[in-house]
Parts: sequence; structure tokens; C-alpha cells
Amino acid sequence: MIDIADYKTVAEQSVTTWFKAAPVSAFPANGGACVLYKGKQIAVFNFTRRNEWYACQNLCPHKMQMILSRGMIGSEQGVPKVACPFHKRTFSLQTGACLNGDECAIATYPVKVEEGYVYIGFEE
Amino acid sequence: MKKVVVIGNGMVGYKFCEKLRKQADQSHYSITVFGEEPRLAYDRVHLSEYFLNQNVDALTLAPHQWYASNHIDLHKGELVAHIDRNQKTVTTHRGLQVPYDTLIMATGSSPFIPSIPGTDKKGVFVYRTIEDLDAIIAYGQKVKSVAVLGGGLLGLEAAKAMLDMGLETHVVEFASRLMPRQLDDSGAAILQAKIEELGIRVHLLKNTQAITGNGKLDALHFADDTKLPVDMLVISAGIRPRDELARECQLSTGARGGIVVNDHMQTSDPDIYAIGEVALHREMIYGLVAPGYDMAEAAVQHILGNADKLFQGNDMSTKLKLIGIDVASFGDAFCTDQPHLPILYTDHKKGIYKRVNLTKDGKKLLGGMLVGDAEAYNILLQTMQNGLALPPDPEDLVLGARGGESQGMGVECLPEEAQICSCENVSKGAICQAIQDKGLNSVKEVKACTKAGTGCGGCMPMVTDLFHHTLQSMGKRVRKTLCEHFDYTRQELLDLVKVEDIKSYEALLDRHGKGDGCEICKPAVASILASLWNELITAQDTIQDTNDRYLANIQKGGTYSVVPRVAGGEITPDKLIVIGQVAKKYNLYTKITGGQRIDLFGAHLHELPDIWEELVAAGFESGHAYGKALRTVKSCVGSSWCRYGLHDSVSFAIEIENRYKGLRAPHKLKSAVSGCIRECAEAQSKDFGIIATEKGWNLYVGGNGGAKPQHAQLLAQDVDKETCIRYIDRFLMFYIKTAEPLTRTATWLNKLEGGLAYLRDVVVNDCLGIGEQLELEMQQTLAVYSCEWKEVVNNPTLRARFKHFVNGEEPDPTVQFETVREQKVPVGWGK
Ligand code: SRM
Ligand SMILES: Cc1cc2nc3c(=O)[nH]c(=O)nc-3n(C[C@H](O)[C@H](O)[C@H](O)COP(=O)(O)OP(=O)(O)OC[C@H]3O[C@@H](n4cnc5c(N)ncnc54)[C@H](O)[C@@H]3O)c2cc1C
Ligand code: SF4
Ligand code: FES
Repeated sequence: MIDIADYKTVAEQSVTTWFKAAPVSAFPANGGACVLYKGKQIAVFNFTRRNEWYACQNLCPHKMQMILSRGMIGSEQGVPKVACPFHKRTFSLQTGACLNGDECAIATYPVKVEEGYVYIGFEE
Repeated sequence: MKKVVVIGNGMVGYKFCEKLRKQADQSHYSITVFGEEPRLAYDRVHLSEYFLNQNVDALTLAPHQWYASNHIDLHKGELVAHIDRNQKTVTTHRGLQVPYDTLIMATGSSPFIPSIPGTDKKGVFVYRTIEDLDAIIAYGQKVKSVAVLGGGLLGLEAAKAMLDMGLETHVVEFASRLMPRQLDDSGAAILQAKIEELGIRVHLLKNTQAITGNGKLDALHFADDTKLPVDMLVISAGIRPRDELARECQLSTGARGGIVVNDHMQTSDPDIYAIGEVALHREMIYGLVAPGYDMAEAAVQHILGNADKLFQGNDMSTKLKLIGIDVASFGDAFCTDQPHLPILYTDHKKGIYKRVNLTKDGKKLLGGMLVGDAEAYNILLQTMQNGLALPPDPEDLVLGARGGESQGMGVECLPEEAQICSCENVSKGAICQAIQDKGLNSVKEVKACTKAGTGCGGCMPMVTDLFHHTLQSMGKRVRKTLCEHFDYTRQELLDLVKVEDIKSYEALLDRHGKGDGCEICKPAVASILASLWNELITAQDTIQDTNDRYLANIQKGGTYSVVPRVAGGEITPDKLIVIGQVAKKYNLYTKITGGQRIDLFGAHLHELPDIWEELVAAGFESGHAYGKALRTVKSCVGSSWCRYGLHDSVSFAIEIENRYKGLRAPHKLKSAVSGCIRECAEAQSKDFGIIATEKGWNLYVGGNGGAKPQHAQLLAQDVDKETCIRYIDRFLMFYIKTAEPLTRTATWLNKLEGGLAYLRDVVVNDCLGIGEQLELEMQQTLAVYSCEWKEVVNNPTLRARFKHFVNGEEPDPTVQFETVREQKVPVGWGK
């Protein structure tokens, strides 16, 4: 049912679809929520402290758990990151790289906010 | 410019290039590398991790840019087919001819395939390269069972990987025990029991004579006329050095393979060196990476004209990895031809076997083996390698110091030249020097600067210890600051929060921190704020761990558990019925916990508020099973029913639990009240425990179950209830204010200077004069308690947070259950 190969990083310039996910108010300050798009689960973070938005796959590659949207966000040496609630693997929200282990990198997606709505970029 | 050509881009060939480039000017040596494999050099030691997610990048030792920026001319997928020693050239299978001044043969080895008829059948594999694993993964998906031929180090690692693929797994071994080269009979027997517990079937004394099947294999046939039907076979029966090129150009080779080298790694042709698994040094082939790296170092030094650095052999100490069972052997593990005194320890119950071999005089360590518990491996290895003196009772080496002072066998006893990281050959002296001279401030920096711990990682515990010791010896106060965002200890932060009346994480970070916070400081600060102000933790939900954020314990698969408070473990039939009804309605798994209450598992996020609405309506409150907070106060039935009971332990337990419910602390708090010294409530294993006496109550503190059980110590004797509660107030507040994050009372008390006597001075004798203040602070905190679940149930905004998708109402569709003994359980970790 879960296929990690469904999740591929999308670069801003290759976005073909901007998916209108939910109003800004649906995302907690300095926290995340999960968006469903065509069967894919995307974790979206409202990084209020940095005034930035990030999106990545909701799937943690460590034990294949759909969970990252419920993780705590923060930074390591200035790099924004999310920590998986299960075993605290942390991933860069910019590159998706695992910062404290040998897990594979997670896919990241572009986010934009327009007129109070959050959009996620897909390449399909 | 000298032309260096390297044949083989494996682990050791790569390391050679890295070392040569680091130690010599680029303009003096050109480097050309030929690698038969179609990819960049990768970490073969961790090859089995490829099964997890087929991630080649994670194994790759260095990216393309590294070769480019170091001016290394790499030819991937190109086999050297011929060496012309007279012309000093090599020729590849594509016909490319390249001259050399110095030639390095790092061709490694290939799996040894025994000459059994049928090894060419479909379904028979070896285990050495990424391509091998790709083939195994593809084939493994179509079949049910697999046998691994060979019960050595590598065979067992392969077997575990096969088991994790979901295959019925067998290990077939020719000898009479597993890991015959590392373990003796007793050790191997313990290991076998553990392996079989994992579900791997072990077949010993099996001489495989034929592999049968029509096209693809279907069974192994053994000399004792038995057979084992399987769909797949992985051969792991040893290695053969790849010395074919050397033989062809008549370099001297060993009778059983391997290119003969001297201590400089030169072959019989002084311009040709051999290093790694292909080299035969003093009759030894080393199938391990650390000796290979040492050989690379010796070769580089010799090429650069430094004849002092010799390779003089290396021991074959190893630790089995990945399989979830500790196994290690070091030095002379058997001492078959050496007079020695063994010390043996066997525990069949726990599955532990330890053996150390001492010299006849009992003064030095010769070697040994560890099964089931290899924590002491690093220090034993060091003790042996450095010839350190043994403790007066050498059995402490396998049993640990029992009682009394622990014998100083820590990193501080090691000599400066002790090799800490064998993969990168970094000594204790080098690590300490780097910490001192470069002012390194974290273990991470030590790793980056010295490279220690960057290989197999086995030495990390020692590197960490060295780091702390060195800082201490430099007179630096080892301040346990929280993380990179706060340069303060927990206690300092608590004081800041209190003095400056700070009420939010963001405010504290703005005023006293830097960066954006992380998963370490956020919950730690959340705990401080909660302990001081006890406001609802839902107010700042995103600084909490997931359990505290959703007020429930997360479970495998991402569902949550629900634990209502059952103070003192006392519950009415009606309330039991409500729990049963709720569990039935929401299809929850139910279990009696070890804390005298009931846990309901498997609730989807969106169901939590509905479930709690029903529980709250029936008079239940949150049990805080998710929080670093008061958990349970267990009780025994006490004087109301029990013929020995001295006082009413149930009523007192309920009173205590209701008093401290919701109290947040650096770690969880547990308590119990027993009605007499028979102690049925196990109060002496709790953070604070109370036992009835003829004259009143005894108060014990600092007990702990868990991984390091510890009995609580008597703080006050024969006190009345009111005094007892006052002492508990003081004790808990003092702990909350001074403990490091995530430190239970037992650990805190163990580290408290002055120990129990000092604690009694503070709590009972009030030597600091803060007794009343602590009581007052406790009262203020307890006064503002309210059940956070009641709050959520009645607040639509808070309720709205409990859903999986922001743009849909459905639960997470990937959650799956199966049924065990008529109840649901999660299917396990995702695949
Ligand atoms: C449910 C329960 C097991 C059971 O089915 O009986 C349990 C379950 C968990 N325990 Fe426990 N412990 C349970 C009683 C105990 C006991 C027995 C007791 O309290 O009398 C102990 C030993 C006593 C002690 O704590 O000193 C115990 C020692 C631990 C420890 C080790 C603590 C330590 O200081 O070493 C942990 C790990 C930790 O907290 O860091 C732990 C952690 C956990 C966690 C929270 C692990 C986790 O993070 O997922 C488990 C989650 C529970 C859940 O999801 O609902 N659990 N745990 C018990 C719940 C009691 C309750 O009603 O609240
Ligand atoms: C699954 C597994 C687990 C292991 N676990 C451990 C462990 O836990 N600890 C440990 O210390 N060791 C372990 N090892 C052993 C370790 O991987 C080897 O000791 C190490 O890789 C040896 O390095 P090498 O460079 O000598 O050989 P290799 O890494 O095998 O490299 C040799 C390279 O040379 C190439 N080559 C050969 N002939 C030619 C030619 N004619 N032309 C061009 N290229 C050629 C080969 O294709 C190969 O890429 C393990 C090995 C395996 C397979
Ligand atoms: S502790 Fe004492 S009072 Fe409690 S059940 Fe045991 S015997 Fe009875
Ligand atoms: S599942 Fe994410 S860290 Fe283990």
C-alpha cells in the first residue's frame, strides 16, 4: 500500500500543478499538518518563526510510517528540519537529507501562499 | 611526475587514493584507477543495509566531484586484463593501455564457491556486490524459502537479511557449531539458541553434496542422506583472493591464494604493491576492512619514501553487526596453543556467554569472546592490545564490578598510543590533542576533525567518553547545556523562566536562545513551563512531543492509546463497564497495564476526542500516560480487607494520586502505597513510595524499575500522613527545580552531591530554609490543575486539531490491523 517511490522531490521550476491545499489558518504556528493529494500524503509546515513554508513526504523512511506532519520542527546550524515523532530521525526541510542517521533523503515539494491559501507544487 | 595506477576501486583501493592525495603534493603523483564494478567505490561493510531501501548513494564512499577535484582519473566498469611487468603497462579488457611507475593491486576477493554439482542452477546466489543484492532482492520476491550455505560471520548477516525479506530462512553449516572461527562450543550454542529464537533454522554438521532441481534449484542434499527443500540458496562459504592477474604475470602467490607481500606491502616485484583482501601477509589473508586500511597506509608511506611505517599484522577482532544479537571475539579467542587461564561465564536464561583468556600469571589479557552482551568489547580489546594490568579480581572483566567501588577500567586508564578507532587508525593521544589544541566543543566536531568514529562507528562510546574526560581534565566545567539553541543547563533555564516570568517558548528563545529551536529544547522547555505554571499544555501544542501534543501515546502504525486515570487502581463495576463499552464501540485493543489501570490501544487520531467525550462524561480524567508527569500511584488492598493491613493504603494512594495528578516533571513520576511491610504495592521501586508501619508511614524516595532497577531509600520514618505529604511536596519540587531533562529521581539522587543525607537535610531538616517555599510553590502549581482532555472535548477549536488530513475527513488509509487472540493489533512496521 505504501510505496516510497511515489515520492519524488519537485523543483520549483518544474511545477506544472499548484494544488490548493487548505487555508493558512488550518496549519498550526511553527507546526505541520498533512495534505492529501491524489493518494499522496504530503506534510506541510508553517514555519512561523522563520516566516517560511515547507512541504515534504509524510512518510518517514526509517520504519515507513506516515507521520512526519506530526513531527516537531526546528533548525540545526540554521538548516530548517523536522524530527520524526517515532525515533527522532531528523530531515532537512530544504534538501530532504537525513541529518542524524543513514536514512535515505525524503522528497520535498515547493509551497506558495496566495490570498490566504496554501498551494503545493506537483510535477504531473 | 610519477604515474601511480590502482587496480580495483573497492574499499581499500579508495582508501589508498584518499591517503596518497592527503599526504603528497598532487603535482608529484598522477593517479589512475581501474574498477571492474560499474559504480563508484562503496562501503561493502554496510552492504546489507542496501536491503532497506536500495539506496546506493548512502553507501557510496565519495561522489564523482571528489575524484575530479582530487585529479583521480577513474575508469569505472573497466577490468584490467593484463599486466606487462617489463614494459610497465596495464591493459584493460577494452584494449586501453596505460603505463605505470608504481602499480597498486587492490583487487579484493571473490566469494568462494565450493565444488558441489548444481551451483550453476537458477536461484543460487553469492553475497558480495550491489549487483548480487539486486539479483537476490528480485528473486526473493518470488519465493518462500532460502538457505544460506555457511554459518560464519557473513552467512549469519546474510541470513538475517533474508529473514527480514520475509523468507523462511535456513543456515547450513559444515562444522559442528556456528561461527566456528570466532566462537567455542559453549558460545556457539548460546548464539544458536538466540538465532533460532529469531526464527532462523540452523542445520549443523551438514556436508552439502548436491544441489538439485530442474533448471532452478529445489533442494540441497547432504552426505548423511538428508535433504533440505528450498527455493533459493545464498552461498557464503568464505572468500578467495582475486590473484588471477598476479599469477598470470608471475608475481609470487600463496599455495591457497593471495599475493605475497612484505611489511611494506611490496610484492615480489618492488614496483608492485598489493593491499586489502588480495594481499597475503605472513601467511595471513585478512577478510576485514581495518587491516586493509592499515595496509594502504603502509604502502602510501613506503611510496613516499618513509620506510618506518610497517604493516606488522593485525588481529582479527570482530563484532557481528546488524543481526540484533551481540557477538564479538578478540585477540586469541581460543588459546589452543598457548598456556592460559580462562574465565567463563554462562547464563542460559538470559543467553549470555563470556570468555576471557588470561596469561598463566593472571596478569594480562590474551583474548576472548562475548555472546549476548558485548558492551565490554571495546574496553577489553583496548586492555588486551595495550597490555594493561588487570583489576585485582579479573572476573570483574566478565561480571562487572559487583558492589563497592567500580574498578577503574575506563578510557582514562588507556595509554596515549592506544588505538581507539581502528577503521581510521586514530589513537587516544590524537583525539585528546585535537580536543585540547583545536578547542573542539562537541563529539560531532571530534568526529569531523579526527575522522575517529566515521568508519564502522563501533568506537563512538569511547570517543564520547574521551571527549568528556578531556574537557574535565582541562578544568572546563562540563556544562550539560541543552542544545545548540540554548547555552544554558535546564536548571539555569528554569531560573530564567521563573525570575523573568516567561510564559512561552518563543519568548524564551527570543530572549535567551538562538536559531529556531529543535526537538530537544522544545519539549524540555515545555516541561519547565508546565512545572512552573501548570497551564494547559494544549496552549503551546507544537513544542510538545507527539504524545503530549495529541494527549495520547503514539503506537506502531500511527494510531494512539487511551489511558484513563484510575486512582490507586480502584475502580467501580460501572466504570469498568463504560471502558468496555467504549472499547467495543471504537474497536480498541484492551490490556491491563503494569500500573494498575487499563490501556485502550489503536485509536485513530480523529477518534480521540469522541472517545474521551464518552469517558469524561462517565467521570474519567486523563491518566497522563503520555506525559513526563505523575503516572500511577499503585496501592495494595490494605487494612480494609487484608488480614495484615496496618492502615488504609488504598485511601492514601487515591489521595496521593489525586493530589499530584497533572504535575509535570523532568521525567515521569510513579508512586505506590503498601499497607504493610510485605509490600504488595512495590512502593520501594517507585520515585516515591509509602509503606504503613505500626506508628505511621515510612517514606521512601528515588526508586526505579526500568533498565537499571534501583531500590528506593528511606527518607523519613514513622511519620503521620500530613508530614508525609509535606515531605513529598518538598522532595518533588526540589527535584523538579534541579534535575536535568529526562532524568528520573533515582538517577538524579545518585548524582546529587551529598546523596540521601543531603536530601534529608534539605527536605526533613530544612537546612536551606526553603522548605516552606517549596511547599508553597507546589500548592500554587497543583491549584491550577484541570484535566486537559475535558478542556479539549469542550473546545471545538482544540478538537479540530485531531484529524489526519487538513483537506479531508478520512483517517490515514495506510493504517492496517490484524487479529490476534480475538483482538486487533497493528501489522507491524511498514514495508
Ligand atoms: C502500558 C505499560 C505496559 C503495560 O501494558 O503494562 C507501559 C508502556 C510503556 N512504557 Fe512503561 N509501561 C507500563 C508500566 C511500566 C512500569 C511498571 C510500573 O509503573 O509499575 C515500569 C517500571 C517502573 C518504573 O518506571 O520505574 C515501566 C518502565 C518504563 C520505562 C523505563 C523507565 C526508566 O526509568 O528506566 C520506559 C522508558 C521511558 O520512560 O523512558 C517506559 C516507557 C513506556 C512507553 C511509554 C514506551 C513508549 O514511549 O511508547 C510505553 C507506552 C505505553 C502506551 O503507549 O500506552 N516504561 N513501565 C504500563 C503502563 C502503566 C500505566 O498504567 O501507566
Ligand atoms: C556483506 C559483507 C559484509 C562485511 N562486513 C564486514 C565487517 O563487518 N567488518 C569488516 O571489517 N569487513 C567486512 N566485510 C569485508 C570487507 O568488505 C572487505 O574486507 C573489504 O571490502 C576489502 O576491501 P578490498 O578493497 O580489499 O576489496 P573489495 O572491496 O572487494 O574491492 C576490490 C575491487 O576490485 C575490483 N577488481 C578486482 N579485480 C579487478 C581487475 N582485474 N580490474 C579492475 N577491478 C578489479 C573488484 O570488482 C572490487 O570492486 C564484509 C564484506 C561483505 C561482502
Ligand atoms: S501489603 Fe500488607 S496489607 Fe497490603 S495486601 Fe499485602 S499483606 Fe495485605
Ligand atoms: S519511523 Fe521515523 S524515525 Fe523511526
